[in-house]
Amino acid sequence: MLKQTEGSHAVAEAVALCRPEVICAYPISPQTHIVEGIGEMVKSGELADCEFINVESEFAAMSVAIGSSAAGARTYTATASQGLLFMVEAVFNASGLGLPIVMTVANRAIGAPINIWNDHSDSISQRDCGWIQLFAETNQEALDLHIQAFKLAEALSLPVMVCMDGFILTHAYERVDMPTQAQVDAFLPPYEPRQVLDPNEPVSMGAMVGPEAFMEVRYLAHAKQMQALELIPEMAKEFKAVFGRDTGGLTRTYRTDDAETIVVAMGSILGTIKDVVDEMRDAGEKIGVLCITSFRPFPLEAVREALKNSKRVVVLEKSLAIGIGGILASDVRKALRKLSIDVYTVIAGLGGRAITMKSLHALFQKLKHEESESVTFLDLDWNVVNRQLERERQKRRTGPAAESMLRDVGTVASKIA
Amino acid sequence: MFQVRIHGRGGQGVVTAAEMLSIAAFQEGRHAQAFPSFGSERTGAPVVAFCRIADKEIRLREPIMAPDALIIQDPTLLHQVDVFAGLKKDGYILINTNKTFEELGLGDFVRDWPHDRLCTVAATDLSKKHVGRPMPNVPLLGGFAAVSGTIRLESVIMAINDKFSGKVAAGNIAAATEAYNTVRAGIEKARRQEAAHA
Repeated sequence: MLKQTEGSHAVAEAVALCRPEVICAYPISPQTHIVEGIGEMVKSGELADCEFINVESEFAAMSVAIGSSAAGARTYTATASQGLLFMVEAVFNASGLGLPIVMTVANRAIGAPINIWNDHSDSISQRDCGWIQLFAETNQEALDLHIQAFKLAEALSLPVMVCMDGFILTHAYERVDMPTQAQVDAFLPPYEPRQVLDPNEPVSMGAMVGPEAFMEVRYLAHAKQMQALELIPEMAKEFKAVFGRDTGGLTRTYRTDDAETIVVAMGSILGTIKDVVDEMRDAGEKIGVLCITSFRPFPLEAVREALKNSKRVVVLEKSLAIGIGGILASDVRKALRKLSIDVYTVIAGLGGRAITMKSLHALFQKLKHEESESVTFLDLDWNVVNRQLERERQKRRTGPAAESMLRDVGTVASKIA
Repeated sequence: MFQVRIHGRGGQGVVTAAEMLSIAAFQEGRHAQAFPSFGSERTGAPVVAFCRIADKEIRLREPIMAPDALIIQDPTLLHQVDVFAGLKKDGYILINTNKTFEELGLGDFVRDWPHDRLCTVAATDLSKKHVGRPMPNVPLLGGFAAVSGTIRLESVIMAINDKFSGKVAAGNIAAATEAYNTVRAGIEKARRQEAAHA
């Protein structure tokens, strides 16, 4: 049914349609509306046979999720930013144990300095933790990916993170097509655990594994993510058969036929990029877009296939590997090994900096004249950076850098964007 | 695409207004996207929310920097925030006030503006009268329907019923309807005056 609703609420409803049995979460912006929504559904009885467990921290949230998933319950949680970092030890345990937990990460920057706005630093920091990571472009896709995530997680006995841009998606009201319970039931069978804690048939889970088998256990996790590369596209096909929508998959292309320049990105910024690409196409530029939905596993072959005929690839990412530059860009470069294609790295939108069509137009024109090894920081205010660097050259006790730079920027309350 | 920017203060229902506007547009079969200015809002602090309305899917996610219409829920913001930044030429301006544009010090700014695109509504008074609370957001949507013609009053009423129920919904419907009728009458008067001058 078509409805106009908030992204968080759409995800809450979709998760409820997946018949979760345990939800445990600790509130943190911008994820809070999701678990609030599910909490209300559990309390009202709309979501039956589900226990909502209030926990005292994110570490406890993931620990409870591990326990309930190990006991054979379909388990869901959600977090963001510092919350994700606080649960990291348990996040690695969930994947190490092969527990098919589904978690929404409402993407938000990581401090310090404190910043509640959107970028991808939080989930990207967990790129090697063994969880599958899927990125949503719209609220419709966020909703759909959660339904696919449970099926994928349970098929592989691996946890899945569904990443959706905090605020930009979670707090946006837009049109979504909410599936029926019958549709979701047809797509997602009841959870049949591969391993279960049962007092009648006791097993050990998470026992010590020494050098004799640890490599093999780890390799198995890698092998499963490689299986996911096959399974994710199949699941998208099955999903389309039931729901009639093209959602998910590893990657998607937009106007890439004959494209000389292809922009690669993840998440909600793809929409703005597509609008820019349409305008540039109208002006005769051969430009297209590659949308990465599955960041882990990273679809090297699909990315290579999509980009191989281009001359120039612009990777625009909302994360920064401090000390080297791009994170997504490094993975894209690996996909393009031995091809003579220029790959440009653009770091954009950190800490909620708006990414505008105007800036993207200027960027794509400017990059034509740049060295491809360069790392571009979109709309970086060089004056602010240079003033701080100059201060640090001039004297020793310059005080906290962030606060000094904020003073240079001046009041922000009067700015629109 | 029609783009609306709503300025107000934390606690005045700025974000809710944008969401309701999107629901109203959705009721009319249109695509709509509403989103807040993503700040750590506090009661009384300046807040901005946005709503885009279009006949096809809206993919753009940037803040609205060149609005077709402005709804200003708190006229004290005129001295604090550059609320008119980027407003399109001859765009709609709707202000919650019981003063005139002249009295607000905007006489020169709107001198050449088409008068039927300028509108003031005493929305806080209407809200106090019908709902018993100073929440200007919903009556302003009634006024917006009248001045812009972008959405119908009936759609605003459906959006009110989507967000509220019982006495609060009924009060807000009464406030929005009175705002709509007042603004409608004001615009017709402005048009008659402009026609007389022409």
